[in-house]
Amino acid sequence: MSNAIQTAGSVAPSHEGPRAWLRRFVSGDEVAHIVTLLFASTILAITGLLVLQLWTNSRLSRVQSGWHFFFMQTWDPVFEHFGALPFLYGTVVTTVVALVISVPLGLGAAIYLAELAPRKISDVLAFLVDLLAAVPSVIYGLLGIFLVIPLMREVIEPFLKRTMGFLPIFQGPAYGIGLLTGGLVLAIMIVPFIVSISREVLLVVPREQREAAMSLGATRWEATWHVVVPYARGGIFGSIFLAMARALGETMAVTMVIGNDPRIAASLFSPGYTIAAVIANEFSEATYPLYINALVELGLVLFLLTFVLNGLARLLILATEQRGVAHS
Amino acid sequence: MRFTGTWRTILAVLLVVGGAKAQSAVLINAAGSTFGYPIYSKWFSEYHKLHPNVQINYASIGSGGGIAQLTSHTVDWGASDGPMTDQQLSAAGFTILHFPTVLGGVMPFYNIPGVNAELKFTPKALAGIYLGRVTRWNDPEIASANPGVNLPATDIVVIHRSDGSGTTYIWTDFLSKVSPEWKSRVGTSTSVRWPVGLGGKGSEGVTGLVKQTPGAIGYVELIYALSNRIPYGDVQNPAGVFVKATIESVSAAAAGAARNMPADFRVSITNAPGKSSYPISSFTWFLIPAKISDAAKRQATKEFLTWMLMQGQAYAAGLAYAPLPHPVVLQEEKDIARIQ
Repeated sequence: MSNAIQTAGSVAPSHEGPRAWLRRFVSGDEVAHIVTLLFASTILAITGLLVLQLWTNSRLSRVQSGWHFFFMQTWDPVFEHFGALPFLYGTVVTTVVALVISVPLGLGAAIYLAELAPRKISDVLAFLVDLLAAVPSVIYGLLGIFLVIPLMREVIEPFLKRTMGFLPIFQGPAYGIGLLTGGLVLAIMIVPFIVSISREVLLVVPREQREAAMSLGATRWEATWHVVVPYARGGIFGSIFLAMARALGETMAVTMVIGNDPRIAASLFSPGYTIAAVIANEFSEATYPLYINALVELGLVLFLLTFVLNGLARLLILATEQRGVAHS
Repeated sequence: MRFTGTWRTILAVLLVVGGAKAQSAVLINAAGSTFGYPIYSKWFSEYHKLHPNVQINYASIGSGGGIAQLTSHTVDWGASDGPMTDQQLSAAGFTILHFPTVLGGVMPFYNIPGVNAELKFTPKALAGIYLGRVTRWNDPEIASANPGVNLPATDIVVIHRSDGSGTTYIWTDFLSKVSPEWKSRVGTSTSVRWPVGLGGKGSEGVTGLVKQTPGAIGYVELIYALSNRIPYGDVQNPAGVFVKATIESVSAAAAGAARNMPADFRVSITNAPGKSSYPISSFTWFLIPAKISDAAKRQATKEFLTWMLMQGQAYAAGLAYAPLPHPVVLQEEKDIARIQ
């Protein structure tokens, strides 16, 4: 036993090094370091594998269409024309509609739950919000078909036409099925993410921040809006990113209400199609290699889109943070 | 003592089961058509009761997936709602035999406020509606076939399947046969570029959209319409008769087409001749390799196919599929011998 330690010591340049390492190893520090590092590297490995798979399995389509894939408006499996533009458009529009509806709603709800509501009510509602986040998306799709679509067709879309019909986005026949309904169902789905995470980050803002603002004469709302919310900005943006990612990749709930028609129309009432939806719809019956490759390339495009939108959002945060610093 | 007895019994059962498995268990994997899934799972479970050593697993992943998995030797059998194309057959690199299993029909159904009558559709009307040429319910093309029905001037909302499906294949195959414009502009496939309309996911999605949208028309397969009690329209066949889709009229279409059945069974029977034939009908097929090297699997495959053509057909009507007409059964029985 002592021999072994001596040998190990004589091999290493420093007498302290390996022993100290071994001690840390035994006490758990190094084990934890290695194990957690391994776990963290799986994220990188999964991302890498995913991109590699998408890249290699879309070769035929990439070679055939090149950059045209992004700009072609036709998606015709019979005559073998594959273009991603209508799906890109539908994905971006539904996600933007979803965020426009859900960010103010979610943030407002989170502020109420964290700052204004009595603790008991806040806890009960937060529990319900977490439940909503766990509901499978097909349930939201059914909610869309049986509740949102008739509501849109009979009430909301006629109302929008009457009041804001001069805008091109609120024109055309209103079936209750389409981009707007898709965005609305997505908004319903992602609000729980924004509320749940934003509430948590608002709750951990130090009490001193709030007290300092109020001691300077700020009202409760002024303290919340000008001090607490900016302090928690990073976490709130994080919740919005997560919600956006969910909206970009959502399949089932969207495909049930969007009309699944690869068409680019200015009106939000018109049917559309998203990338995730077309992959789910057509993959199982895609009968020839080029068709399958084109669907895989759509997956690659979705990955790129998520990447770009996340990057843009992060730039936005950086910009606003610098402005905040300049003000103070 | 009680425990010993129980354990001894369990041990004996395990030994017997294990012994039987080790002796002659045959496991066959099949994949493909979702349309045929209900009857296939019924057949496989009934057959397993008769022959406990034969276990057939079926994954209803869609016809395209079935063809792909058979071609890549992932499964033993495939199943498809459309016959394989020459291109697909040559890409497979080994001989694949088509065995028609049962028949299905696809029918138009609609939601017109104030109209409860069973509408009659000419092929021209259906093609016109799905091409976006016929846009109102009181269009002469529809009205002339339905005297006495008070059709409103409502806009027609066209609904189609958004997911790739054998139902769409049969529907577009029919439209391609009756409309040259459809054939050249849209074509026949499990997914097509629709000139107009909204897509619903699955039969339930199409049904949901049609029921929700005033003025809508959609299409579903017979089994779905019958089991969900959806009223649907009649379609005019080449003999000029308006026929309602039923198990009998779909089988009649197969009998009408049987006279010109090609040797490899790769045939479309939409728009089939015969006064009582329902025009939007189709076979669905098992795809079986002509050469099965595993002797036990080969034997089990041949025996199952024979059973399917005889006793198996009796289960069809109960599940709202049309059984194969007799001449087709006879022709298929001869083909079983080609499996080597």
